[in-house]
Amino acid sequence: MFKWIHRFGSAPFVYRLAGLLGPWVGWLCLIVMLVGLYLGLIVAPADYEQGESYRIIYVHVPAAILSMFVYVVMAVSSAVFLIWRMKLADVVAQASAPIGASFTFLALVTGSLWGKPMWGTWWIWDGRLTSELLLLFLYFGYMALRAAIEHPQSAARAAAVLAVVGVVNIPIIHYSVEWWSTLHQPATITKIGKPSIHPSMAVPLLLMIFGFQLLYLYIVLLRTRIGILQREARTSWVANLPEIESSGANRV
Amino acid sequence: MSDVAAFFHMGGYAAYVWPSMLISLVVLLANVFISRAQYKRVLRQTAQRARAKAESSTTGAKNQNVKS
Repeated sequence: MFKWIHRFGSAPFVYRLAGLLGPWVGWLCLIVMLVGLYLGLIVAPADYEQGESYRIIYVHVPAAILSMFVYVVMAVSSAVFLIWRMKLADVVAQASAPIGASFTFLALVTGSLWGKPMWGTWWIWDGRLTSELLLLFLYFGYMALRAAIEHPQSAARAAAVLAVVGVVNIPIIHYSVEWWSTLHQPATITKIGKPSIHPSMAVPLLLMIFGFQLLYLYIVLLRTRIGILQREARTSWVANLPEIESSGANRV
Repeated sequence: MSDVAAFFHMGGYAAYVWPSMLISLVVLLANVFISRAQYKRVLRQTAQRARAKAESSTTGAKNQNVKS
């Protein structure tokens, strides 16, 4: 199977597949998010402890979960790239980095906006917040490393090693609320067996998480196409793409 | 208080809830539009390069296979 993927011919296949899936994923994402927001902001009741402020959960938790999910995707693709020399895996990892960074930033900002009214502080150097901040720096480091090394192959390999090593931070983020119990509340929906959240709040939350995942998928498909175009710019299949031919005719 | 006003008031937490929603919207849309713009830009650059290559090969350039 890996040999099949490894083939040079898979780049056009992935490029076209990503182009086909893109619009479907995009529209589904929009619908899921709109329904999730409607149920979360309007239909769901206020929290008995936190009042209306808890509604920040509908963007904070999806952003935080995705910030880790995207990193795992990046680390696994990087490992695949390092072990099997699969170029497309590197394309996916590179495409994921800015998205993951933006989700991490979003998790930190919305968490801060939630922390102020509930904890009385914008920021605290506890395990969860600090390890999430470290995640942001891992994304930045990955992107900076790629940009700093001139030779593309060396840049890809160095960045992939960083991504793989940095994955150790993910369990730290996840278990931080149990290991060092401070202000951040423990997990709500991922508690196995006994979720402590009512369906009227859980359903919109799950929809928003799914919506964020679809957004990630939409963007990563698009950015993978960009990465393939850049790497395969000199090949004849790229030159013969209908969008390339029309784009060339419109321009010059 | 009307329903609409109550909705925007967010039980007194409007100053925290709405900025959260706004920044999320901005970040998500920025992801979409920056990526789309970049895709179009790369498409255009690739097309220009492919055209240049096609022209150089039709004018009989012998180094068409040399990677530039």
